[in-house]
Amino acid sequence: MIAIVDYDTGNLCSVCNALGRLGVQYVVTDDAETIKKADKVLLPGVGEASSAMEKLRERGLCEVIKGLTQPVMGICIGMQLMCRCSEEGNTECLGIFDTEVKRFSADKKAGVKVPHMGWNEIRNIETPLLSGLREGEFLYFVHSFAPQMCGEAIATSVNGVQFAAALNKGNFYGTQFHPEKSGTIGEQILRNFVEKC
Amino acid sequence: MVAKRIIPCLDVKDGRTVKGVNFVGLKDVGDAVELGSRYALEGADELVYLDISATVEGRKTFTSLVERIAQNINIPFTVGGGISTLDDAARLLDAGADKISINSAAVANPDIIDQIAAKYGSQFLVLAIDAKQVDGIWRITTHGGNKFADKELISWAYEGQERGAGEILFTSMDHDGTKNGYPCETYAALSDKLSIPIIASGGAGSIDDIVKVLTDGKADAALAASIFHYGEVSINEVKKELQKRDIKVRL
Repeated sequence: MIAIVDYDTGNLCSVCNALGRLGVQYVVTDDAETIKKADKVLLPGVGEASSAMEKLRERGLCEVIKGLTQPVMGICIGMQLMCRCSEEGNTECLGIFDTEVKRFSADKKAGVKVPHMGWNEIRNIETPLLSGLREGEFLYFVHSFAPQMCGEAIATSVNGVQFAAALNKGNFYGTQFHPEKSGTIGEQILRNFVEKC
Repeated sequence: MVAKRIIPCLDVKDGRTVKGVNFVGLKDVGDAVELGSRYALEGADELVYLDISATVEGRKTFTSLVERIAQNINIPFTVGGGISTLDDAARLLDAGADKISINSAAVANPDIIDQIAAKYGSQFLVLAIDAKQVDGIWRITTHGGNKFADKELISWAYEGQERGAGEILFTSMDHDGTKNGYPCETYAALSDKLSIPIIASGGAGSIDDIVKVLTDGKADAALAASIFHYGEVSINEVKKELQKRDIKVRL
């Protein structure tokens, strides 16, 4: 059973629908014991970093998530919360990944827009989460803040600057892009998380 | 760099996809979920569903349709039409919409942009703008082009960005449904003034039109309905042609 952490951030149903299409069993929960006992844990989310962190704190889930030993995957804001800190609302985060989340700068001349919205290529891909993907595969992004490049990056992308598009440290994984909205390639990544991580 | 997006737009009335010319003369072109799934398979980057039902019953039908779209389609989709309150936004978010677009309601009450962006984030909010050129000035229209508002295109789009909109979807009411091409200079002016993505809408009659608005018009995405609904060109054909002309697309 996969536990999808419910911390009131919206778009949970996108992840539920995507797992449903794959025929994967899941439970949406904010209960610490259910999360600890799950085979795998997904931390999805869209929203603002400091208020999302506050919601994790209110539900007493920060230490629970940091202490998990099964595979855990954060998506978008979920991954950003697993980093050291975020510029968005200047918040301390969980500190699982050793990097900071910073805002993009728009550059009209170079065509760099903020938010970074749409399909962009990922490169420097590492397995197992991204097995079967080719270099330059397009994934769907929608965000204004992104994790800085670091040694834990397992995929990179570029919006004006290069950033970590996916991260991995031990049993913890994260993607800045939305696999649940990235067509069949995104489904492949979710399947990899379920079957290979 | 992020790829240019091709976005089919589906106007929905009572669960069916329809298309008219200059917002009149509607024709039925198919089931909204089926058509959306087909477009996703053909390589659409996103979908837009606009509810053009005018009744309470029609709105309810649309909300359950949004749930069905979210369950079945694996790419992002925007919904619009008749959204005027935070409750409308919440209802569609809960149903599974990735983004909502607001139009007339934002013109009448610009604070709704700030409220939706503050609560759900800029990425959730597309500001749709309809405008007509009158004596050389792009004037904002509402209610499907039937009413003029006391606003000008570029300043209103900029205000929308500053209030928290995540994208601008601009439709020229002079071009929509005519297949005569997009007003590229106007799109370029928008793109030069704003830092958020600009979606071009209304007027595509050929692949060349789409190429022009993504290059000369500096638009980030092109939205089209007629040319896809009637099978004149496929999305895949459009994207292959764009790639040939060195425009970055997802293929």
